[in-house]
Amino acid sequence: MKDVIIGIPIQWYIYLSVTLFCIGVMGVLYRRNAIIIFMCVEMMLNAVNLLMVAFSRYLGDSSGQVFVFFVMVVAAAEVAVGLAILMMIFRNTKSTDIDALNKLKW
Amino acid sequence: MLSQYLFFFLSFVAVFSALLVIIDKNPVHSVLYLIVTFFSIAGHYFLLNAQFLAAVHIIVYAGAIMVLFLYVIMMLNLNKEIEPHKKNIPKVIAVVSACLLMMVFVATLKGAETTMLTSAKNSNVGLVENLGKVLFNEYMLPFELSSVLFLAGMVGAVFLSKKEIH
Repeated sequence: MKDVIIGIPIQWYIYLSVTLFCIGVMGVLYRRNAIIIFMCVEMMLNAVNLLMVAFSRYLGDSSGQVFVFFVMVVAAAEVAVGLAILMMIFRNTKSTDIDALNKLKW
Repeated sequence: MLSQYLFFFLSFVAVFSALLVIIDKNPVHSVLYLIVTFFSIAGHYFLLNAQFLAAVHIIVYAGAIMVLFLYVIMMLNLNKEIEPHKKNIPKVIAVVSACLLMMVFVATLKGAETTMLTSAKNSNVGLVENLGKVLFNEYMLPFELSSVLFLAGMVGAVFLSKKEIH
């Protein structure tokens, strides 16, 4: 595993992360189920994490990986609170459709 | 080159299952595809020699977060295609705007020169020993603060999901 990364330019990792991020953005805009939207947000966080790990490895600096660790911590807390909010919404509106929440618009 | 084939395989699996997360109508299938995406990202972490993060990623995401998602879907009884039919115009707008964002990123990166690692120096930045040293020396305060964040998140989740008593 030591030098397996030699031969892969960092651009490939950047393009992969960008693709995953854009798929996440597309999912947030495309779906109306709030749970799927949450999952797409997780996917975007993961794309950024992958990019930070790649940069940290190519730079030889471990601060990036510590930051990824903190992003994971925040993502876990966010999912716990977000799903609790989702449960509450489901209890009130009997669906997870985000269009049922259009009273929040004004 | 074996590592390049490995990179392409993992990337293909990640992108393909990420697309299936969006396309599939059944939320349970979406969760399972997202787990596949997370495992291929963990494979990328192994490829980048970030072994600690790969293990933490599998434990936290596949082990905790996705189980939480599955529990919520099970509890809300969403394991069927209940999503109502949506008009086609918002879908088209979503795809077009995501493609435009992708175009912006690609156009930004187009002129960049190719950077490769030439030697295996600093290859052990992702090992537990080095990460632990950095985490508990330079990032001690954020580490402790993240535990406060977790406590706040836990209290918030319990408070929100508690049934209101009148």
